[in-house]
Amino acid sequence: MSDRPLEIRSLNVAYHRKMVLWDADLSIRAGRSTAIVGPNGAGKSTLLKAALGLIPTASGEVLFFGESLKKVRSRVAYVPQRESVDWDFPVSARDVVAMGLYKKIGWCLPVRPRHKRMADEALADVGLADFAGRQISQLSGGQQQRVFLARALAQKAELHLMDEPFASVDAATEQAILTLLKRLKDQGGTVVCVHHDLDTVAEYFDDVVLLNMRVVAQGAASEVLTPENLRKTYGARLTLLDEAVVDLSRPGAPRES
Amino acid sequence: MMESFWRLLLLQDHNTRVVLAGACLFGAAAGLAGTFLLLRKRSLLGDTLGHATLPGITFAFLLAGTFGISPRSFLWLATGATISGVAGMGAVLLIRKMSHLKDDAALAIVLSVFFGAGIAMLSAIQQLPGGQAAGLERLIYGNPASMTSGDAWFVLLASLMVAAVCGCLFKEFTLLCFDESYAHTAGWPVRPLDALLMGLVVLVTIVGLQTVGILLVVALLVIPAAAARFWSDDLRAMALVAAFAGALSSLTGVIASALLPGLPTGALIVLASALFFGASLLLGKKRGLLIRHLLEREASRRLRREHVLRAIFECAEEGKPVVTLEQVLAKRPWKKNELTAEIGSLTNDGLLTTDPSGANFQLNGRGDSEARRLVRNHRLWEIFLLNHADVAPARVDRDADLIEHVLDQRLVDELEDLLDEKARERLVPGNPEKSLP
Amino acid sequence: MIWTELDTWIVLTGALTAMACAIPGVFLLLNKQSMLGDAISHAVLPGLAIGFLVSGTRDPLPMLIGAILAGLFTGVVSGVIERRGRVETGASLGVVFCSLFALGLILIRIAADHVDLDPGCVLYGALELAVVDSHAVPRIVWQSAAILALNLLLALLFFKELQLVAFDSRFAKANGIPSGWIQQGLTVVTALTTVVAFESVGSILVIAMLIVPGATAMLLSRSVAGVLLWSLVVALCSAVFGHLLAISMGPVWLGWLTGRSDLGSLSSAGMMAASAGGIFFALLAASTLARKLQPAPRF
Repeated sequence: MSDRPLEIRSLNVAYHRKMVLWDADLSIRAGRSTAIVGPNGAGKSTLLKAALGLIPTASGEVLFFGESLKKVRSRVAYVPQRESVDWDFPVSARDVVAMGLYKKIGWCLPVRPRHKRMADEALADVGLADFAGRQISQLSGGQQQRVFLARALAQKAELHLMDEPFASVDAATEQAILTLLKRLKDQGGTVVCVHHDLDTVAEYFDDVVLLNMRVVAQGAASEVLTPENLRKTYGARLTLLDEAVVDLSRPGAPRES
Repeated sequence: MMESFWRLLLLQDHNTRVVLAGACLFGAAAGLAGTFLLLRKRSLLGDTLGHATLPGITFAFLLAGTFGISPRSFLWLATGATISGVAGMGAVLLIRKMSHLKDDAALAIVLSVFFGAGIAMLSAIQQLPGGQAAGLERLIYGNPASMTSGDAWFVLLASLMVAAVCGCLFKEFTLLCFDESYAHTAGWPVRPLDALLMGLVVLVTIVGLQTVGILLVVALLVIPAAAARFWSDDLRAMALVAAFAGALSSLTGVIASALLPGLPTGALIVLASALFFGASLLLGKKRGLLIRHLLEREASRRLRREHVLRAIFECAEEGKPVVTLEQVLAKRPWKKNELTAEIGSLTNDGLLTTDPSGANFQLNGRGDSEARRLVRNHRLWEIFLLNHADVAPARVDRDADLIEHVLDQRLVDELEDLLDEKARERLVPGNPEKSLP
Repeated sequence: MIWTELDTWIVLTGALTAMACAIPGVFLLLNKQSMLGDAISHAVLPGLAIGFLVSGTRDPLPMLIGAILAGLFTGVVSGVIERRGRVETGASLGVVFCSLFALGLILIRIAADHVDLDPGCVLYGALELAVVDSHAVPRIVWQSAAILALNLLLALLFFKELQLVAFDSRFAKANGIPSGWIQQGLTVVTALTTVVAFESVGSILVIAMLIVPGATAMLLSRSVAGVLLWSLVVALCSAVFGHLLAISMGPVWLGWLTGRSDLGSLSSAGMMAASAGGIFFALLAASTLARKLQPAPRF
C-alpha cells in the first residue's frame, strides 16, 4: 500500500494568509489515469505544484512510490501549463524535448546526436515528427502542448503529472493526448491530470478526485461522480444542466429523471 | 591623424594592443552573459549592479590607507566593488521577498540608494588634496586607455572563466531560462544555478569598470544580446553572435576613441553597439524588420497571382477561355491597377498569352496546368474543411504544392469522390502528376 | 555643526525637489514602471546637451524642451522596439536609454568646450552651489517650488484617471479614458521634473527621489492617496536628515569607519538619497518583524 505512485497526507497550503488547500488526503492507484477536478480556484494546480515542491506547504506529507520526491525524481515527469513558458524562446521543438533528457545526460556534458534521435522518437510518438526542427513559436497551441508531452515521454517516467493538458487544444491534439495516455497506461505507467471539463472526465479517465480546497471524494469515475458528491464539490454553482450532462457521460449510469 | 590611425590599425603600439584585447574580451564576455540575462528577462539588473558597485569602490578607496594599500590598486577597488555589488543583489532579493514590491521597484531602489551613498563618499574624496578622485571618476566613465598589461591579464582570465562556465553549463542555463519550474521538478538546483549566473554577471561588471565604466556596463550586457536575437532562432548561434557583437562594438569604439581623443571611450563603444543593434533590427536575417516585410510582401504577391490564375481558369470553365480585363475584374474585389500589373507579370513569365491588341488574353499550356493545380488544391481544401471541420484547421496547409503532400492519398481520394458527387456543376481537374501523357 | 542661511536654502530646495519628484514617482511605481524613471533620467542627458549646444547658454528653456523630447523619445521608441522588434520590455528600454545616455556623455563633453559646464555637475548635481546666487531667495528655490506645485495640481486633477490606468489600463481604455495619453503625460511630467531637479540633485540621483519615497509609502499605506501623502512625508524627512547628516555626523561616522580624520562634509544630494534608503530599509525591517510577531492563523 505504501508503494502507491503518489500519496498525499494532510496537505495544507496557504497563500497570503488564505487557505488554498485544507487537509488534502490523496492516494493515487498505479496503472490508472486519474483526473483532479473541481471548480476554479479550488486548488487543483496548487495541489500538483505543492506535491512537486514548487510552492511551500504549511504542513503535510507527500510520498512518491513510498519515498520523498528527491529520491525518486527520475520516475516522475511533470507537464506544466502552457502559459508557464515564453514560446518566443530561441529553441526548436527537438531542443525542448531533449530537455527531458538533461538529467540522464548529466552536468556539463553536451547533448549528443543519439539524444537528439531519442527526442525525435518522442516527437514522432505525439505526431510531430515533421516539426522537430521548428522554432517553438511557429507551432500552434495544440502542437506546443504535444511538445511538452513529448518531453515528459522522453523521460520514460512511471508517474506523469499533468496540469490541464486538455485546456484549449484542437480536436487533433485532444486525440493525440488520449492515445498517449492510453499508451502510457498500457506500459504500466500512472497518469494524474488536472482537468477542467466535467463533460469529458468520465470518458477520458479511470479515476476521479473531486477537489474543493479539501478532497471531497476519490475513486473510480463511475462511483465518484454522483449528484451528491458534485453538489458537495461545486455547491449551488452546478446547474441542473451540468448535472444532466455528467450523468449522461457516466458509463452505464442510470439516467436521473 | 591618419598616421595614428594606421598605427592603431596595424597594432604597432603595445599599449593599443593591450587596450584592444582587454576591451574586446570584455565585450565578448558581456555579450555572452547578457544573452542569458536577456532570456531570463532581467536585462536591467546590469544597471542596478553597475550603480551598486560605487559605494564599495569609494569605501575601499577611503579604507585603503588604514590597511596600507595603495588606493589606486585596481584589485583592491575591484574587491570593494564586488562586495557592494553582491550586497546590492542581495538587497534586491530581500526587498522582493519581504514586501509586496515588485522586481522593477526593487531594482530602482537599490540602484539609486547605493549610488547615492557612493556619490556621498565620492564627494568626500573629491575634497581631499591631491586630486585623488580623478582615478575613481575614470571608473565611473570608463577609461580603457589606462589599462595596463596586468589589467588585461585579469580581463583575459575573467572572460575565459565566463566563457568556460557558459560553455560547460550551456544546457543547464538554457533550461533555467526557459522553464524554471520544470527544471526544479527534474531535480536541477535552480537557486545555485541562478546564483552562479548572477555571479557571472557580477564578474563581467567588474571587468567592465575599467573599459566602459559603472554607468555603461549595462549597455554591453543588454545591447549586443538584444541585437543577436534578430539573427538567429537558435540559442547557441545567438550567444555566439552576441559575443561577436560585443567584441566588435568594443573594437569600433576603441578605434573611434583613438581618432577622436577627448571623447569618452566607453560612450563610443556603447554607441557602436547601438548602431549594430539598429542595423540588426532592420536587417537581421531571422527577425529583422526588412526580412519580415519582404516575406509578407512575397506571400501576398503569391496569393494575388493564385487568385488571378484561378479567376481566369474559372472564366474558361464558364466557356470563355479568352478573357478581357473587365471580365476578370468582375470576379473579385480587385483594384484595377493591381490586376493590370499582375496580368502583365503573368504574361512576362510566360503563363498568359495576350493578343496583339492587349485587351484579350488566355492561359497558355504552362499557365493552364498551373491554374489547374491551384484550382484543384483549393477545391479539395474546401471540401476537407467542410467535412472534417473538427480536425481540419490544424492540418490545412495552403502553401503546400499539392494537397497530397499534406494529407494521405486515401483521404484525398475520398475528398475527390465527394467532390465528384456535387461536381456536375464544377469539375475538379485531375491530379496534374497523374494525368501526364 | 554650524548652520547658515545657505543650509536652510539647501534643505528647502532639497525637500521641494524631493517632494516634486515623489509625486510622479508614485504613479510610475504603481504602473510597475519604476525603471522608466531611471531610463528617463539617463535619457534626458542628450536633450540637455543639445539644448546647451543650440542655445549656447545655460538658459533653462531650450534644455527643458530638449529634455522633454528626449523623455518622450525614450518612451515611444522603446515601445516600438518592443512591439515591432519583439524585444523584451526591460531590454528595449535598456537599449534606448543606454544609447541616449552614451550620446549625452559625448555631447556634454563637446558642449563643455563651448559652454561653461561640468559633466559631473550635470550628472550628480551640486546642490551646495545651486543655491548660491544674488537674490534674497535663490532662483532654484522658486523653481523647485513651482514644479512641486505643478505636480501636486496635476496629481489632484487627474487623480482618478491616474489611479485607474495604473490599476487596469485596458479597462480604462475600454471606458474611454485615454490611457496612452495619460502614460505619455506621466513620462512628460517625469522628464520635466528630472530636468528641473538636475540643477540641484543631478539627473542620476533623481531616481532615488522618484521611487524610494513612494516605495516606503507603499509599506505604510494601502490606498493611493495614502501612498501619495506618505511619500511626501518621507521625501521631506529624507531631505532634512540627508543634509543634517551630510554636514555633521556623516563625515564623522565615515571617518570612524575608514580610520580617517580628514573628511569634509559630504554631498547633500547623495546623503539625501542614502537617507531615503535608510528610512526605507528601516521600515522594511520593522514591517517584516511586525509580521513575524503576529500569531500565525489557526487552521
